[in-house]
Amino acid sequence: MSTPGERVLIKGNEAICRGAVDAGCQCFFGYPITPQNDIPEYMSKVMPNLGRVFVQAESEVAAANMLLGAAACGVRAMTSSSSPGISLKQEAISYMGGTELPAVIVNISRGGPGLGDIGPSQGDYYQAVKGGGHGDYRQLVLAPGTVQEAYDLIGKAFDLAFAYRNPVMLLGDAIIGQMMEPVTLGTSSGPTRVDQDLGWNLMGKGDRAPRLLKSLHLTDGALAGHNIRLRDKYASMERDVLFENFLVDDAELIVVAFGSIGRIAKSTIRKLRASGKKVGLHRPITLFPFPSRELDKLASGGRRFLTIEHNLGQMVDDVRLAVRKHADSDFYGHMPGNLPTPEDFEQPILAALGVNS
Amino acid sequence: MKNGKAAFTLPGVLADVPTHYCPGCQHGVAQRLVAECLDELALSEKAICIGSIGCSVFIYNYLMVDCVEAPHGRAPAVATGVKRARPEAAVFTYQGDGDLASIGMAETMHCANRGERVTIVFVNNTVYGMTGGQMAPTTMVGQRTTTCPGGRCADSEGEPIRMTEIIASLGGTAYAARVAVDSVKNVRAAKKAVRRAFEAPLNNLGLGFVEILATCPTNWKMTPVQANKRIAEELIPYFPLGTYKDLAAREAVDEREVGR
Ligand SMILES: Cc1ncc(C[n+]2csc(CCOP(=O)(O)OP(=O)(O)O)c2C)c(N)n1
Ligand code: SF4
Repeated sequence: MSTPGERVLIKGNEAICRGAVDAGCQCFFGYPITPQNDIPEYMSKVMPNLGRVFVQAESEVAAANMLLGAAACGVRAMTSSSSPGISLKQEAISYMGGTELPAVIVNISRGGPGLGDIGPSQGDYYQAVKGGGHGDYRQLVLAPGTVQEAYDLIGKAFDLAFAYRNPVMLLGDAIIGQMMEPVTLGTSSGPTRVDQDLGWNLMGKGDRAPRLLKSLHLTDGALAGHNIRLRDKYASMERDVLFENFLVDDAELIVVAFGSIGRIAKSTIRKLRASGKKVGLHRPITLFPFPSRELDKLASGGRRFLTIEHNLGQMVDDVRLAVRKHADSDFYGHMPGNLPTPEDFEQPILAALGVNS
Repeated sequence: MKNGKAAFTLPGVLADVPTHYCPGCQHGVAQRLVAECLDELALSEKAICIGSIGCSVFIYNYLMVDCVEAPHGRAPAVATGVKRARPEAAVFTYQGDGDLASIGMAETMHCANRGERVTIVFVNNTVYGMTGGQMAPTTMVGQRTTTCPGGRCADSEGEPIRMTEIIASLGGTAYAARVAVDSVKNVRAAKKAVRRAFEAPLNNLGLGFVEILATCPTNWKMTPVQANKRIAEELIPYFPLGTYKDLAAREAVDEREVGR
């Protein structure tokens, strides 16, 4: 556990672990895959010493289903993986969506499709946001742009998981996972008690009526009713939308970028501002719920948009939907396999501004 | 009624509702044995049941204990998560042969190998029941199913997997036995085995595993009587009944040896 206010220089992956531990994560289920191996390694050292649970599962499938079991008990539980491993976890994520179980899943994503490479990429946006598992479910998705945010958002992820009884994914990439930054610790929310009766969690029935957690709804109309209730729940998540606006007030062009790419784009924008270019940044922090309303508001002011992603173009679909009444969005995709620098984004931004340098 | 006393009562943990099983299906018998053991060991208040996929999926409608539904084959992983989160609970899964020996083979073996303090009740009816009688990993050589219409062929489909022997060979298993519920005598023995499969993890010895040979008259296309006969004549010779591992008994023997 951290001392609140303590400043440390740590990697993103470690920040995620420390955030989870500080937020009262009781159970962690892992399986090795690069670039997230620091997470299970850290948790294997720290969790048992705190009297908490660490299990290295036999596969991502098993890890995610262990998570399902722990989540059914109402304890704060987490798993982490990277892209191919997340694909395997999707089965359990869909079941947790259908069963309404609170769980935190970390994806330190890498390049794909298939085995791809182990470098940074944002190729898992669709999978994270649109639901990589089967059926009509949504999960909250939080995308940190700094190591500090990785620490803070993991605590937030647990709070949201329990507030909505829903899986929450922290979507980072190899940049966030591997870079080191100073972090102020101790801002997390603190643990839920293991023995807490939340009114739905399994504890052994004692002298009350038995509880049942399931996603099967066979009787006529039962699934429709369940899905309608889920739809309303997903709509209500709008109140927890998070984003960062940077120099947008007088901007002619707004760059939309998330996670580590948002942070790199911010550096580009600072530089272009210094030469008088009116550009700003909108960085969604929750990818679901998506900050559509805010983007619509920004678009109604007559601005143009450029979405920058580390993929072939995925979030740009959501940006276009959000701004469609007033504007469109250009797209610049930096290909995975190499790390973009702020300079890489200069030309695309200038082109979108209609300026030839 | 014998001497004015009921000879047969409903276990307290069993809901008084009709089940959905086909006539003659022994899921009902297996489930009743579990219920009787939960009652006798006074576990209903601290039990957590992991339901699985297959004809047994509705077990949570019949056993009045806290329950969570697992994806197909994943019950041992879900049980691991439950037991690690709630070590004080009596955690058990109830799974069919398609669930446990096919899609869930990895989860089953690793759960046993880790010695998770949980009980696995494994109902082997040599067929995928719920989906309409397809070939299972336990289907007998020559047995006709909807996906081996000419009969299972060992050459191309392998031989039926003997799970209890495999599970008994793993370090974390404290108790592993195979029983059948085709006769009164075998049901009595089955009851004892189910009970020991619950006791082993509760006594912190390791995983408890019990395989119950059971009928699926519907997909075997047999009457219940014919199906029982098949268990005795065809299944038991290939899937021998008995206790394959019992750490508690071994410990008792050790103690006797020490005392000598
Ligand atoms: C991932 C997945 N694959 C397939 C199915 C379809 N399915 C439902 S029940 C079942 C077979 C279960 O057979 P078994 O475990 O032998 O149980 P039984 O019905 O015989 O009791 C299958 C394949 C499923 N629900 N999920
Ligand atoms: S299909 Fe077979 S296993 Fe399923 S309920 Fe009917 S008899 Fe039992």
